[in-house]
Amino acid sequence: MKSNLKVFLKGIIDVSPLMIPVVPFGLIFGVLAIDVGFTPIETMAMSLIIFGGASQIVLLQLFSGGASSLVIISSVGAVNSRHLLYGAVVSEHLSDLKLIWKIIISYFLIDQAFAISNEYLKKNKDHNRYFHLVGGGATCWVIWQSTTFLGIILGAAIPEKLGLSFAVPLTFLALLVNDFRKFINVIVIIISGLVATLGYNYIPFKAYVIVAALAGLFTAMILTRKNKKA
Amino acid sequence: MSNWALILYCGLITYLTRFSMIALIKKEMFNDRIREILSFVPSAIFPAIIFPAIFINDIGLIEIDDNPKILAAIIAMFIGIFSRSIIATIFSGLASYWFLIFVV
Repeated sequence: MKSNLKVFLKGIIDVSPLMIPVVPFGLIFGVLAIDVGFTPIETMAMSLIIFGGASQIVLLQLFSGGASSLVIISSVGAVNSRHLLYGAVVSEHLSDLKLIWKIIISYFLIDQAFAISNEYLKKNKDHNRYFHLVGGGATCWVIWQSTTFLGIILGAAIPEKLGLSFAVPLTFLALLVNDFRKFINVIVIIISGLVATLGYNYIPFKAYVIVAALAGLFTAMILTRKNKKA
Repeated sequence: MSNWALILYCGLITYLTRFSMIALIKKEMFNDRIREILSFVPSAIFPAIIFPAIFINDIGLIEIDDNPKILAAIIAMFIGIFSRSIIATIFSGLASYWFLIFVV
């Protein structure tokens, strides 16, 4: 069995390539949060408390659009619902963990660390294998906090003309690159995008994120059912 | 609600999703059908953020003409499909956008 430190370091090494896109994402978040009207301390607190890129960007987007707190919180919940699928996959590898470790690891269970450690946990049955997940999560934590901080500082120096807020849709677009190759996913993407855009001004309480997501999932349900019968 | 309460609640709900993933959810709880539907969640939710950010302008109206973001996003999408690289997608989109607003 490898030592805890070795497994932790392996987690750091394995997750490193995935950290490259996190750098611009964190910078953009820091810049935008200040732009939208949060104080530097609040911005830093968001990265420390929430520690989730998609959650934080959705918060900013809806906050700047004037959405109510209830809508913002439920939209953040909806964005996080994608994690439920990971849970079904990763929980079997972590079922023998003590509760205290589950409480700690949950904070670090972000997409990148999950993606990397899931592979490791599949192949490795050592008792200390979850240190891999902590290593990957801690790496991402350091990058996310430091780039948020840099974004806060640089924010004032970056001219608004650069249109850096456009990096937000691009970042989410980048997360979908593999889905653009699948026909049903493309239909779901178009339906959700159309509902959100056309409903932006008409869906009450700025709940367009939730309504569009439900419309997209409903489309997926119908299309996958037909697919099976055929 | 104050900004601080908002941040705390958003943090709480994010944390609870993650915690429930490893502490509450068991593999048996999802049959293949539910898993299949859940796999569409990113495709269903991210466009709700992407599309309005491209098509809705600062004053909340849909803007199609004279909107460089549309072409830049299409370029980024194709770069993404072919490169499968997150970073190439983001930077090609930003570079095309800057090219369209500053050069063209």
